[in-house]
Amino acid sequence: MNLFAHEVPLSWYLILSAILFSLGVVGFLIKRNLITVFMSIELMLNGVNLSFVTFAQQWHEVKGQIFVFFVMMVAAAEAAVGLAIIIAVFRARATLAVDRIDLMKL
Amino acid sequence: MNGNLYLWLIPALPLAGFLLNGILGRRLPKWLVTTVALLAPLAAFGVVLYTCLFVRSSPTDPDMAPIIQIMPYSENLGHWINASFLHVDFSFVLDQLSLVMLLVVTGIGFLIHIYSVGYMNNDEGYARYFSYLNLFLFFMTVLVLAGNALVMFIGWEGVGLASYLLIGFYFNKKSAADAGKKAFIVNRIGDFGFLIAMFLLVANFGTLTFTEIAAKLGQDPGWQGGVVTVIGLCLLLGAAGKSAQLPLYIWLPDAMEGPTPVSALIHAATMVTAGVYMIARTHVLFDHSPFALGVVAAVGAATAIFAATIALVQNDIKRVLAYSTISQLGYMFLGCGVAAYSAAIFHLMTHAFFKALLFLAAGSVIHGLGGEQDLRKMGGLWKKLPVTFAVTTVGVLAIAGIPPFAGFFSKDAILYAAFQHGVYGEILWGVGIVTALLTSFYMFRLWYLAFLGKSRSPEIHPHESPWSMRGPLIILALLSICGGWIGIERFGAFLAPSVGGRVAEASNWSLAIPFTSHPLSLEICLIIVAVFVAMEGWMIADKYYRRNPDRPARLAANHPDGYKLLAGKYFVDEFYRATVVKPLLGFSTYILGWIVDVGILGGAAWLLGGIATLSGAILQRWQSGNLRSYAAWLAAGTAAVLIFMLVPWATVLASLTAIHLGMAGH
Repeated sequence: MNLFAHEVPLSWYLILSAILFSLGVVGFLIKRNLITVFMSIELMLNGVNLSFVTFAQQWHEVKGQIFVFFVMMVAAAEAAVGLAIIIAVFRARATLAVDRIDLMKL
Repeated sequence: MNGNLYLWLIPALPLAGFLLNGILGRRLPKWLVTTVALLAPLAAFGVVLYTCLFVRSSPTDPDMAPIIQIMPYSENLGHWINASFLHVDFSFVLDQLSLVMLLVVTGIGFLIHIYSVGYMNNDEGYARYFSYLNLFLFFMTVLVLAGNALVMFIGWEGVGLASYLLIGFYFNKKSAADAGKKAFIVNRIGDFGFLIAMFLLVANFGTLTFTEIAAKLGQDPGWQGGVVTVIGLCLLLGAAGKSAQLPLYIWLPDAMEGPTPVSALIHAATMVTAGVYMIARTHVLFDHSPFALGVVAAVGAATAIFAATIALVQNDIKRVLAYSTISQLGYMFLGCGVAAYSAAIFHLMTHAFFKALLFLAAGSVIHGLGGEQDLRKMGGLWKKLPVTFAVTTVGVLAIAGIPPFAGFFSKDAILYAAFQHGVYGEILWGVGIVTALLTSFYMFRLWYLAFLGKSRSPEIHPHESPWSMRGPLIILALLSICGGWIGIERFGAFLAPSVGGRVAEASNWSLAIPFTSHPLSLEICLIIVAVFVAMEGWMIADKYYRRNPDRPARLAANHPDGYKLLAGKYFVDEFYRATVVKPLLGFSTYILGWIVDVGILGGAAWLLGGIATLSGAILQRWQSGNLRSYAAWLAAGTAAVLIFMLVPWATVLASLTAIHLGMAGH
């Protein structure tokens, strides 16, 4: 039998996912530090991941989990490239404030 | 009909010559260029002569019947336009009229090709020159052979093109390039008339084929004046442009910028007579419009005397001949205008002989003097250029109308025909006879100034031209002597099936007293007057330019205004410049150039550019480079899409409508 007599309902997962995503969006929009902005993106990605696995669990479908692996993989690649860019930007500008990096060139 | 005349070969051969020399000419050796250039017109002339063997004016020998063609013989090369009632074919027609023209065009064309070999020998554009000359022959033969007005128009425009190319042959010289343009543009005015005439023909007769037009006119006696007059006058405008008649003659004197053999072939012997040929070809229309015919005669007579007076004082040997050509073309128009088409064509033929001769002789003089064209610097050339002198003498005697040279017969035929047309005709005759006096005078003036007396430029050592030039001169001189001996009676009888007899048209002449046959003595009287006038012209020239060489200068000094008027060619060019060219240029510069081009077109372009720049200036604010603004837009867009997708619009609308209806229900 199921250890948990009452399963956590689907909507709770989705609400948590939406909260995570929205936090990510807000963080992306309001934080000035480039690294924080970057972390906000991770937050959004993981908010989406959460809804993917929720649905996978709900429908007993493996596709959602596969998607999550894809997203994590892309996130890792993006983190590698993004951090390299951030380092390059910092070297060139000596700042990581998003507002001041608007020349569209290094 | 078993036989076929292969008429299409006549234009096709010069076309082949043009293509060969025009495309490959610069890479071919000179002898090959010469061979191709001479073979093309020679072969065409050969085909024409061959054709002569197999056509007859009337059915004759039954044994020969299968291979003999009866004129008019027509050849259809294919359909061109097939639109509801209008059918136009590429059709060639050979009749007495086109046969005479073909013989003149290809025969004289060939002679002038030979002459050109000598004349253009040292020219850089040798191959180009001959390719143009062959091109001209192609279009001219198309024009002559055309069985309908549209095919004739191809030739008509084509000879204009060839003329333009050859006038502007020395295109590095600004005056030559300008003269080419002038010829082309002035001809355009005439072509406008020709086109309008064609439109009217299509609208009223539904056909452009000459024979069908003639048939329709013949069926219905109601075709008299009215629209036929308008067509006739439009055709006259076209003819006046091509044949350099008043008021469109101004291009021909300037056309003398081209090489001299070109002046001889195109601007004296053949192309400029296309207008006369066209009127003779469409004579049925003119026969049904006495008024148009009267205008043709008036234009011809006016041009004849007008150009002759200008020729009196010109000092450039080629310009004298150019004005004399205009004047002689006036005679031909006069002949057409009194419905003596065969006399006009007769004069066209003899004029082609002696005017080609005179131009080629002038070319020989210019060639011998190393490019000198000013009569005042010549003199005493008879010793140095004996052959040229002899042939020029023949040409001068022919054009002056002294028997038994060719010009006498044809000019007399025209004047005699004019005299028979009542009071109006007698006035025309009077103008013609005064013109004959002037013609005789200025031609002998040229003769005295160039060849007799003492040389006025002893530093120039003239040399006689090579045989390739002397040969054609001698042949043309013989033709200028004998060309008129056929006599107008036999020539007219030969042409009668194409252009009708003189007597038949006389009754259509509105101003004419019904045709009465004059006694033979009248013709003899007129001949005596004409010969007397020609001799008188010679005597006056003799008095002025041999016995008292200083007298012309004194006369000019005593009548400075008259002299200025003539030497300035009645200031017609200046008049046209002030009344036509300047307003047109002003219109182009200010209305078309500034208002339309700069204002409307430029303004529209400026407006479009402005809109693009402005919208760019607004939109570029989005491209701030600020990461957070991009993100905000992205988020806002996503939110908008989400709202759009999640709100149940149908329900919202339905409830809104319900509220509205509920309110209206109250």
